[in-house]
Amino acid sequence: MSGHFSAENIGHGTPGHAPRPETDHQPSQFSFDADSETQIAAILAKYPEGREASGVIPLLYVAQKQMGRQTGSAWVPRVAMDVIAARLNMPPIRVYEVATFYLMFNTKPVGRYHLQVCTTTPCWLRGSDDIVSACKKAAGLKAFEETSADGLFTMTEVECLGACANAPILQVNDDYYEDLDAERTVALIEALKRGEAPERGPTIDRFNSAPVGGRTTLLDEPNTNHADGQPGVMPTVEPGAV
Amino acid sequence: MAKVTVDGIQVEVANGATVLQACEAAGKEIPRFCYHERLSIAGNCRMCLVEVEKAPKPVASCGYPVMDGMVVKTDTEVVRRARRAVMEFLLINHPLDCPICDQGGECDLQDQAFAYGGDHSRYAENKRAVKDKYLGPLVKTVMTRCIQCTRCVRFATEVAGVPELGATARGENMEIGTYVEKALTSELSGNLIDICPVGALTSKPQAFTARPWELRKTDSIDVTDATGTNIRVHAKGPEVMRVLPRVNDAVNEEWMADKGRFSVDGLRRKRLDRPWVRVHGKLRQASWQDAFVAIARRLEGVKGERIGAVIGDLCDAESMVALGDLMTALGSPNVDCRQDGAQYDLGRREFYTFNSGIAGIEEADALLLVGTDPRHEAPVLNARIRKRWLAGAFPVGVIGTVGADLTYPAEMLGDRPSVLSGLLDGSVGFIEALRNAKRPMIVVGQAALTREDGAAVLAACWALAHQVGALLPDWHGFNVLHQAASRVGALDLGLVPRAGGRSVAGMMSGGVDVLWLLGADEIGAGRIGPDTFVVYQGHHGDAGAARADVILPGAAYTEKSGTYVNTEGRVQTAFQAVFPPGEAREDWRILRAFSEVVGHTLPYDDLDGVRRRLAEVNPVFARQGLPRFGGTDLSGPSGDLNAIGTAPFAQPVSDYYQTNTISRASETMAECSRVYARPVIQAAE
Repeated sequence: MSGHFSAENIGHGTPGHAPRPETDHQPSQFSFDADSETQIAAILAKYPEGREASGVIPLLYVAQKQMGRQTGSAWVPRVAMDVIAARLNMPPIRVYEVATFYLMFNTKPVGRYHLQVCTTTPCWLRGSDDIVSACKKAAGLKAFEETSADGLFTMTEVECLGACANAPILQVNDDYYEDLDAERTVALIEALKRGEAPERGPTIDRFNSAPVGGRTTLLDEPNTNHADGQPGVMPTVEPGAV
Repeated sequence: MAKVTVDGIQVEVANGATVLQACEAAGKEIPRFCYHERLSIAGNCRMCLVEVEKAPKPVASCGYPVMDGMVVKTDTEVVRRARRAVMEFLLINHPLDCPICDQGGECDLQDQAFAYGGDHSRYAENKRAVKDKYLGPLVKTVMTRCIQCTRCVRFATEVAGVPELGATARGENMEIGTYVEKALTSELSGNLIDICPVGALTSKPQAFTARPWELRKTDSIDVTDATGTNIRVHAKGPEVMRVLPRVNDAVNEEWMADKGRFSVDGLRRKRLDRPWVRVHGKLRQASWQDAFVAIARRLEGVKGERIGAVIGDLCDAESMVALGDLMTALGSPNVDCRQDGAQYDLGRREFYTFNSGIAGIEEADALLLVGTDPRHEAPVLNARIRKRWLAGAFPVGVIGTVGADLTYPAEMLGDRPSVLSGLLDGSVGFIEALRNAKRPMIVVGQAALTREDGAAVLAACWALAHQVGALLPDWHGFNVLHQAASRVGALDLGLVPRAGGRSVAGMMSGGVDVLWLLGADEIGAGRIGPDTFVVYQGHHGDAGAARADVILPGAAYTEKSGTYVNTEGRVQTAFQAVFPPGEAREDWRILRAFSEVVGHTLPYDDLDGVRRRLAEVNPVFARQGLPRFGGTDLSGPSGDLNAIGTAPFAQPVSDYYQTNTISRASETMAECSRVYARPVIQAAE
């Protein structure tokens, strides 16, 4: 119960998702590049006039991606939020609220590879603690929210990523790496260090979230020979066929 | 209408009303934090839970619409337990620092914890701590106390029209703030303190000075603008500690502008607390008798037309009528209440008042502002315009220069009076908006009247109002917005130069031999002729007192019972909250005492007598309040429409925080001026 009583240390929800901007590394300006403008035009076409504010989340993504392309660090600087506010004709604070509410938007710089470790119950039961320590070891990090000295990795603790069947999961930027253990996590990070792009998805013998080692049910092929000319009707299964 | 039964009491409420409103109609008090009658419904504090028959669980009554035949229970074990649970949740992170919290004693959370709080906490964990935010020089924040009701966010966004506050991050990390550190750019920011149900937002200038239960409360009227905001003066001993708004739906609803609220520290500084007489070029302390004798000596042999009087912006009607009577007794036609030289037509009252009424703004459906910046001249009235705009379909046109965003979109038609001619001949497109409106409003400000062609502009505005159908039997769309609290009262008393009399400009540069300034500091005291003998009667050592030959210390608005007439023409009475400092006296008494010295004793000895005299001069003073009326006499004010000039309208207010002697004496207002006004000037350069 003892400890530091400063505002930074108390409060335990999602650590470090500071609602205050870190002014020291905020760029002084931001403008959308041609790529982003193409995407924005497509996004804003979806909303009727006067309802442009609905496009705030997609535009924040566009800005974050552009920062990733341009600087290698996919985050949304405050000035980008101001640009979005002006573009969507909404008060800047309404953009700040959205950007700080969703943890998918980084309001401070992250490494080139944003390691998002799920530590929610299913992943935790399947060994997410090992993934965390493997990330720390391989990427040279001491804690969540830290960026490695080489600027390549930032590790964040995230809540359920919705792929519990493949727990434990590590999300690197936009890609899920599933069914990890410590060893394969280290290998993944080493590959990223070498500049490789490891294939996303399960890291074990498994197709998506299908059973490990192959299918266990529905092993027979469905009867596609519709002799009666009635497609879509379930074939009669003879007793003892399985 | 829907019939609802609340705790066995049957009430009828409008369809679409909420359960909470139905409970209030039945006289049941529902605890709440986030719900506020004048803001949108958020429904996030959950304190207002009630039981509704057939509903599976307690419902938040603030946002739950009533249905016919609904049966509501507000005082069952389920409800009590639910509210106790909500209170426990709120107190998980709320600090127990009531002894050092300025909200203590008037805190919703403290009060409701008495009814629903436990006697101890079941939580051993650390409480959450939140960094304090900077919201400017007026609002102090202790964000750890915030219970995130978002009333402040909704007030700033909806009423004040400055969407700068928000709730950033989420869950336990949610914080209220501006995200980017900056002062809140609103002239209504003090109201955040009132609506905050806990001690998260408190008054910065008045921090740690008084407890609410120590304060003596007196009803009064704000004099820092012409809105006539209903206020309550809170005093401790001889000192005014703070001023809070009173509810008056016809005037200020329950809001108040920052200048009135926070300039009260100016009432303690630079005060004139004893008479002074200039002897051999230097001001010396004197007794009342000496001061009166000095003036009386100087008046000996001076003809009436060589005596003049100027009335300031903060005066009460009682002192003004006394001064007017004294000048009449001395044979002087030179009395003027128009320090700024504005031109009015006193022919009919409707030529110089805000005839639609402040509440009437909500009935209007088009608005034209001429030479006025309501945001800085009357912030509370501006909030009413914004409220009307929020209700939809409200075109606003502006002729003139405004200092900042008005908080609602407005079409800038130009800054020259020629636009008025354009509207009259139909060449300016905005005329369609006015013509199509059923109840159009035209508001003329002081920047349009304090010009050579002021009378012409006034006449043009009336002609325009007539043309667009703003003068109907049940609607009067012609309005004059004043800046000075004393102005309409003075005009009602006819305190402008009489036949052959001199106006303020005429009294300058030796136009009169003896000049009586009743709280008049904005006339440019340097323009007074060097040989003019100046009597300054007022409460602050400002420009007028510096130039004076005799200073008579008067009472500020909190120190006297006074009648004020707001820009609508609404007669309102303020009561005395504290005594004037030192030897200062109520102003009408000073004039009454002096009249005796010069042998023209005024015929009233007490307040009732003065008020009878007020009603005698103008019957409007006999009746409190304001009768709404339509436009029946269509003949306009005098003024030659062809005399309209070409010069652009000036900006009505250059520095909102420094407009009168009280605000200029206030350190808080000086700080506001430093924070808010300067950057604007820099930006303009």
